[in-house]
Amino acid sequence: MRLAYTPEQIAFRAEVRAWMQAHVPATPLEHYDATRAGFEAHRAWEATLKSADWGMVTWPVEYGGRGLDLIQWLIFEEEYYRAGAPGRVNQNGIFLFGPTLMEFGSPEQKARFLPPMASGAEIWAQAWSEPQAGSDLAGIRATARRDGDDYVLNGHKIWSSRAVFADWAFGLFREPGSERHKGTSLIVFPLTAPGVTRNPIRKINGHVGFAEILLEDVRVPAFNRIGDDGQGWHICMATAGFERGLMLRSPARYQVAAGALAALWQARKSGADISGSSEIYPLDPALEADVIRAHINADAYALSIYQTASRLIAGAKIGPEASTNKIFWSEMDIHLHRTALAILGPEAELIVPPGAHDWLDDYIFSLAGPIYAGSNEIQRNIIAERMLGLPR
Amino acid sequence: MDFTLSDEQLMVAAAARTLLSDICGPDHWHRLMHDGRAFDPARWAALVENGLTAVLMPETAGGMGLAELDFALVAIEAGYAALPEPLTDSAGVAMPMLAQLAPGHALLADPAAIIALAPAINPWVAAADVASAIMVERDGRALLVRRDDATLTPVETIDPLRRLFRLEFARAEDLGPADWDLALDRAALFAAAQGLGLAQRSVDLAVAYARDRMQFGKPIGSYQAVKHHLASAQVGIEFARPVVIAAAADCPSRDIYARARISEAKLVALDAADSAARAAIQVHGAMGYSWEVDVHLFLKRALALTNAWGTPHFHRQRVAARVFTRPTGPDTTFARDPLENETPHA
Ligand SMILES: Cc1cc2nc3c(=O)[nH]c(=O)nc-3n(C[C@H](O)[C@H](O)[C@H](O)COP(=O)(O)OP(=O)(O)OC[C@H]3O[C@@H](n4cnc5c(N)ncnc54)[C@H](O)[C@@H]3O)c2cc1C
Repeated sequence: MRLAYTPEQIAFRAEVRAWMQAHVPATPLEHYDATRAGFEAHRAWEATLKSADWGMVTWPVEYGGRGLDLIQWLIFEEEYYRAGAPGRVNQNGIFLFGPTLMEFGSPEQKARFLPPMASGAEIWAQAWSEPQAGSDLAGIRATARRDGDDYVLNGHKIWSSRAVFADWAFGLFREPGSERHKGTSLIVFPLTAPGVTRNPIRKINGHVGFAEILLEDVRVPAFNRIGDDGQGWHICMATAGFERGLMLRSPARYQVAAGALAALWQARKSGADISGSSEIYPLDPALEADVIRAHINADAYALSIYQTASRLIAGAKIGPEASTNKIFWSEMDIHLHRTALAILGPEAELIVPPGAHDWLDDYIFSLAGPIYAGSNEIQRNIIAERMLGLPR
Repeated sequence: MDFTLSDEQLMVAAAARTLLSDICGPDHWHRLMHDGRAFDPARWAALVENGLTAVLMPETAGGMGLAELDFALVAIEAGYAALPEPLTDSAGVAMPMLAQLAPGHALLADPAAIIALAPAINPWVAAADVASAIMVERDGRALLVRRDDATLTPVETIDPLRRLFRLEFARAEDLGPADWDLALDRAALFAAAQGLGLAQRSVDLAVAYARDRMQFGKPIGSYQAVKHHLASAQVGIEFARPVVIAAAADCPSRDIYARARISEAKLVALDAADSAARAAIQVHGAMGYSWEVDVHLFLKRALALTNAWGTPHFHRQRVAARVFTRPTGPDTTFARDPLENETPHA
């Protein structure tokens, strides 16, 4: 136990901070889900990151990373969020599919897919969910039929984040005639391939954040299958572990938000007019307890992730406790943003001018947290059955 | 940066758990309650004999000279066992305090001695009846009141394995200015650590029951409503534990960050204990509402510890002091106050 950074880690932080200060765009980019222009601006940012090898610092050098450990990754993330750097448009690639490839991909597949992923040249979407298969993912119907050296893909995927503008997708398919967890394979396909139709779906914040994907006789080489034939379910569960356990939501995000919440509270308490409106609304002093709670939650989450990172460095593996993470961050996010809106009072509903802190949009986004990456109800089932040993 | 416990620390925790499960289980609780007592001299002797009272004592006083983190691991197990004896107050706070204030004091020669604590923050004194002496906070000084010089008036608490007293005394030994801030930090930290143990025991009791109890032809633990109660309780525990561990590791730094972290630990761990106990009662149905099932012990101990050594409001204020007067944000998780940092962080 040593809760202090080494001189190397301190120097690394300084290096990241200096780079971020010099490179993070002064004005926020348009949201990557809002327009093609916003999406491409984020792709350009990924290329900027890559130009200094910041694309994915934990990856081996040969795949475009720096070969750093998870503590360094956390430091990187902390400085990234601290600098207010743009959201990672390729998060489904670098945080989910990347680690999956690292574990299950062949050397050729890694060499083919990881470097352009690290640079943002290829942006990834996750194509797992289907209209009939959400929580019950084993109910997928999309098929991959083997035809010589190819697979022919058919089916209907949905809720695929950023698929409207993305380049590639990693999808879960089944051998025709197979059932449930058997006969599934993880196969990647270009979203621009003949036979792929993408229909944008509007989210409740108005953005076309996800898409349905229709696949009609989409032909891809067998090279595009990750892992063994029929191993798809197993691989997807490992991916879900990365997603819930560590990488998808780094603690820095909530620490920044909790800090901003504390600043909002203090500004309001001192009577400052922060939104440009002339009205000052009376403040409920009881909300301070929630502001403090938000700080404590963010701190607890950060400490927990440092603990997990230390354990993984010491050789442990992520287990079912990853499900507790997903519940904790999603619920903390909602609590934090509900507190912000309560402080804003009547202003909470107002659409925020560009550039201002958008508590409202962040609140709306937080409401998706308990749904995606496996709903919180499903996570509670997993905790009860696999951590606590309750019967199915 | 390394957030893992050492093998030695894991061994200390495992040894404490094994010992306590042998000498402080349901039969022992029931016997004490039946006898109307909250102290078992034989168990106290076993704790002493196995070194659990020596963890935080300096080596010069015959102790092991270990740190708060090591003792916190023991305190977690004390919570898990709903230990009635004042191990954390006496061996975790009062005895080391005496060793610091009066290195040659006669009480230190007796490894089985118990000192109860009367800090300004607590209205009543816990376990004063079984103590050799009571350490009283007065204007920043420590007064040591021998048991014979104390008049104790019992104050009834709902926790059947805890005793509280109002203290009056005519004579005391003045030990001089004392570090009551450290006493508060340690006591709050060890209350938090016990909270973790209490919480896990509540969940474990409820899980065991939910696997056995059949309704509608199935174990109740197969129903989602039951599962989700316990899963939520476990989430609370999982995210309280790293806070308690970090608070314990930070404790020696003694700056505003360390104090805030201890307060956070006390808030989240006793919250987890309270939620877990209530979930466990619900999962047990009427059984959980009966004296026969032990869950109520964990509910009651959590209630007591939630408000002892600083109420939630008090601890929130300490966190607020850190949040509103120091930088926040992702680079401050392990921040230290250079001005107040007396000993450089090793
Ligand atoms: C913002 C957002 C982004 C997303 N991005 C992607 C993406 O990029 N790629 C992708 O493949 N998918 C994506 N999804 C889809 C997501 O994975 C699914 O929404 C999720 O798996 C739940 O499936 P569903 O929506 O069909 O809900 P359902 O499974 O129909 O569930 C509806 C409700 O019933 C509950 N429920 C279902 N089964 C049980 C059960 N056994 N026990 C208890 N409760 C149950 C659920 O918890 C939920 O509350 C995204 C979703 C959102 C909201």
